[in-house]
Amino acid sequence: MGGVGRYVIQRLLLTIPMVFLLLTVVFLILRVLPGDPVSAMLGGRNISVEVLESYRVRLGFDRPIPVQYASYLSGVVRGDFGDSLRTGKPVIQELFLRFPATIELAICGLLVSIVLGVVTGIHAATHADHAADHGIRVFHIASFAMPLFWLGLMFQVFFAVRLGWLPVAGRLGGRLAFTFRSITGFYMLDAIIQADWTALADIARHLVLPGLTLGIALTGLQGRMSRASMLEVLDADYITTARAKGLRERTVVLGHALRNALIPIITVFGLQFAVLMGGAVLTETVFSWPGIASYLVRAIAARDYPSIQGSVVFIALFISVINLIVDVCYSIIDPRVRY
Amino acid sequence: MDGRAIRRSMLARLLDWIIRKISHGRSELRRQTILKIGLSIVILFVVMTFLATQFPALNGYHPTLYRDGARLEGPTSSHWMGTDQLQRDVFSRILGGGKASLIVAFSAVALSVFLGSVLGWISGFTGGVLDRVLSLTMDAIYSFPSMILAIVLVAMFGAGLMPMIWAVGFVYIPTYFRVTRAEVLQVRETMYIEAVRAIGAGNTRIILRHIAPNTVNAIMAVSSFNLADAILTVAALSFLGFGLPPPAPDWGFDIQNGQKYLQSGAWWLITFPGVMIIMLSLGFGLIGEGISDLVNPKRKRKRV
Repeated sequence: MGGVGRYVIQRLLLTIPMVFLLLTVVFLILRVLPGDPVSAMLGGRNISVEVLESYRVRLGFDRPIPVQYASYLSGVVRGDFGDSLRTGKPVIQELFLRFPATIELAICGLLVSIVLGVVTGIHAATHADHAADHGIRVFHIASFAMPLFWLGLMFQVFFAVRLGWLPVAGRLGGRLAFTFRSITGFYMLDAIIQADWTALADIARHLVLPGLTLGIALTGLQGRMSRASMLEVLDADYITTARAKGLRERTVVLGHALRNALIPIITVFGLQFAVLMGGAVLTETVFSWPGIASYLVRAIAARDYPSIQGSVVFIALFISVINLIVDVCYSIIDPRVRY
Repeated sequence: MDGRAIRRSMLARLLDWIIRKISHGRSELRRQTILKIGLSIVILFVVMTFLATQFPALNGYHPTLYRDGARLEGPTSSHWMGTDQLQRDVFSRILGGGKASLIVAFSAVALSVFLGSVLGWISGFTGGVLDRVLSLTMDAIYSFPSMILAIVLVAMFGAGLMPMIWAVGFVYIPTYFRVTRAEVLQVRETMYIEAVRAIGAGNTRIILRHIAPNTVNAIMAVSSFNLADAILTVAALSFLGFGLPPPAPDWGFDIQNGQKYLQSGAWWLITFPGVMIIMLSLGFGLIGEGISDLVNPKRKRKRV
């Protein structure tokens, strides 16, 4: 296991320059492009030049860009992402407050996409070139081509407004929104800890539509990978051997083929998390979900530089960590991989 | 009947011509159903959008000036896709609503193919520190959610067509960078490049004559998928309010507008623009599928 440990450390060390580069790119783009955060913060019109200037000095925007950059970097290293221009609170604090909501949504979406994607992908592979295969392939391609926000809105129109089965938006409904006490920020977990089953049911109901929206949008990628890798594995000699031994087809597919077919599927997991976070922006906007992604969109509208930079770095770090975990899992599933 | 037959054969001939170009005349590849469907959809949409831009009142109603319909009325025989809150005809807005998507998608992908390839060639060829820094930067951009990056960029550049082209184009640069760089690294070490070099060919000539052609196939397949993705990204940006300024018809923006009337059950405001986005994106996706099958015959499914 020493090999894995060394690999993890190596990867973590490599993550630092990557996040650093991304941070630099975003920092420069924000500074070079037109758009003044101070006048946006003060509401734009009818503010005297002196007032603008004094705020600029106070917030440090009057300093040369390299100086601003250095002071920002030294803060980031100490875990200080600055204060939000909108609310005045530390950015890192606001991010941590909203992070659990995004994770809860992301996990839901991931589960939906795995179940739908892997099941349909394997079914398509074992029925290659039959009607079911063609139908599933069309479904996968269609899921690629579907605008996520549109899917979310359609769900809202039919399941929430027309049929009234599920809530339209938010994480909690009615009185619960005021009475529910959150401990970890993960509402599902909180409800279970407090044994509050009515709240749990309500939270679950609120998760269904956003989770499905995010999940279905990812099903295409997952499903196509599953189909392709299953097809490849089913062609292998050891599968022929298993069949020749007289094993049932079910045992061959689920027992022998699936484990190897899963390897490439897990590899795209890390990549998927990036897509997942991108999808979360739109899902959170449509469903008024109080997560990081919707926070970022609002920060952009207000030209809240510290919040934008903070969110970007936070998301980048998060994705790097996920990628690392995926790679380590990879070595556990596939014993041939050694680091 | 006759007119229809001729029109159909013209489309069929056009498709055959395009596929011949793509497949370098390998005739057995001309029976690509998926590719043909995809190409037909895209051509249809381009023609439709062009016509709707030239003659706005294509179906008898002007997308922005006509305001005499009923307010928020569902589909009827005179307004096939209903009317919106400003008493405009939804169908007329659908016809021309893909203009921004098409312009931005094509320009952005062209931009990223160009920049990504050039950077990939330079990086792969020079190697050393430059290659490392470029690769790392590209990896950082690539691993970051493209949708979020596009939103951040377009918000900074400002709303409108050019900002969207730059934002969406920037996001795809790493894809082409990787494709071309990998190709350069592979080809650089081959015997024939050594031979070409021995004859006295310069770097530029080697890149343009010997490396670039090798990457064309991969780039074509990838760029079709990127076009499909770009259509969705543009729609999302317009949906978030970073697209064309109203009242110009635009699918993404019209969906955002329809969202306000969702609670009153006005499903037609959202449904139809969304279906158009799906169709166009699907068209590009199918082209990508078709080309991938063409250039990589191993991908073609085997009977199990």
